[in-house]
Amino acid sequence: MIQFINMLLIGIGAGSIYALMAIAMVLVWRSTRVINFAQAGMALLSTYIGFELVQKTGNFWIALPLAMILGALFSALVEILLIRTLIKHSTSGPVAGIVPIIATLGLLGFIRASIGFIWGNQDIQIQPPLSKVGFKVGEETIALSPMNLLVLLTVVGMVVVLGFIFQKTNLGLSLRASAYSPEIAQLAGIRVGAIRTIGWAIAGAAGAAAGLLQTVNGTGAVSPDSLEFSLLLTFGFIAAVIGGLESLPGAVLGAVVLGLVLAVVQIYISGTLVFMVAFALLLLVLLVRPQGFIGSKAGRRA
Amino acid sequence: MSTNTPLLHAERVSVSFGGLRALHDVYLQLNENEVVGVIGPNGAGKTTLFNAICGLVTPDSGTFSFEGKQRSWPRTDELADLGIARTLQGVGLFPDLTVLENVMIGAQKFAKTGLISASFGRNTKDEADLADRSMAALERVYAGALAHRRANTLSYPDTKRVAIARALVSEPKVLMLDEPAGGLGPQDIEWMNGLIRNLAVHMSVLIVEHHMDVVMSVCDRLYVLNFGEVISSGSAGVVRRDPAVIAAYLGTGA
Repeated sequence: MIQFINMLLIGIGAGSIYALMAIAMVLVWRSTRVINFAQAGMALLSTYIGFELVQKTGNFWIALPLAMILGALFSALVEILLIRTLIKHSTSGPVAGIVPIIATLGLLGFIRASIGFIWGNQDIQIQPPLSKVGFKVGEETIALSPMNLLVLLTVVGMVVVLGFIFQKTNLGLSLRASAYSPEIAQLAGIRVGAIRTIGWAIAGAAGAAAGLLQTVNGTGAVSPDSLEFSLLLTFGFIAAVIGGLESLPGAVLGAVVLGLVLAVVQIYISGTLVFMVAFALLLLVLLVRPQGFIGSKAGRRA
Repeated sequence: MSTNTPLLHAERVSVSFGGLRALHDVYLQLNENEVVGVIGPNGAGKTTLFNAICGLVTPDSGTFSFEGKQRSWPRTDELADLGIARTLQGVGLFPDLTVLENVMIGAQKFAKTGLISASFGRNTKDEADLADRSMAALERVYAGALAHRRANTLSYPDTKRVAIARALVSEPKVLMLDEPAGGLGPQDIEWMNGLIRNLAVHMSVLIVEHHMDVVMSVCDRLYVLNFGEVISSGSAGVVRRDPAVIAAYLGTGA
């Protein structure tokens, strides 16, 4: 029984970090129709900036929001300086439409190399702000520590805030309209360019939170070629795609399902199968339900 | 503004896509409270002309004046502030949003809260204001009862009405309708023409239409395009009897 509960907790805990990454990818996809493979690099950069901020301020609780704000600004700059131009110039020719996506792969490599150049290739270490020892229920220690709880609450908080913005505010209406049809949105006087930048900025903030939280929730160590960040990108991407790539609830659902499935595999079968199962799940969903859990068959959703 | 000054005036408009000439030296004038139709066979360049005015296509040459002032061709997101609203051929309602939300999208120019403060949720007043304006626009096309339906549950004629409400809510001086009668039955067409005449009391209306008969009764003046050029213009009676128009529609060549 305790093993089962722990499996659920581990699955949801892992899933919640993938969810932040998946949310970032969905926001970027909806606003510009670009799969941002540089999301992991941007999260990594934000994590390094978070590391610097922790060093300077000595306080994780100041560093986290500041790193998220800086991550948002950086992401907005990438959209304004790079993606916007690339989209404008890739409307025709054999690589039309995929140029910005290829560019994000280039940007991923560039950011990682730059981090190595600035901070060196050795691990840096960020101290966790909270205990990572699981709570005790009776005699048993469960797989839920104060640190895990912080991650969960952050994710839930972000999902609630984003859900409110998208569903209940005029900004959300503009974001949804621009995602569905930039043409109609423009005709209505919505400045679609600005809306796209906002989409990227929110994604940058979500990615920064994912990077920092994953790091302090894990070993606390991070390096420019960190395997953890490659996994974060891969699992975030898989979660976004199986969630339908268009919907924020879909991204969260996809991430939690992925987290749970991987936890089952890890605990009841074998840790060595995790990758195989993750990618098999991606392929299976694409084969059986290509629109994802919450995607609509008609294609683009508002 | 003197009554002689046209509200919207485009002259010597030429557009080409690659080597293909879509519009050549086209002109168009729209006066206050006038209903003007742009008609012509398929591929004549009607929609390209609309797109040029809406900033969706950049003309190679030509001048554009609005309210008597010559200015650069408007950017698409400037139109609403300028006072020009447009419906699209494909209607383009957002299927997952309610009718009211769809219309609210057209009211963005009245949103006073900046994007940044709006993202902190400080726009409840805006919300109510936009919703009121949208409700009023729906009433103008007699679709108030549809406000809370989801757009993908509407009948086709109803979607056309809602699309017009979404254009009306920005309180335009010029309403551009792309094939307003397209896909409608005779009764709905009659109703639509009546609506357009009513709207023209408060604004000017520019209509693109493929079928000549549909717009004859509703338009004060018509421009006939063929192969990207204006081949005839004037009142319905004049245009109808013009041999060039008859030839274009019968496809015999002038």
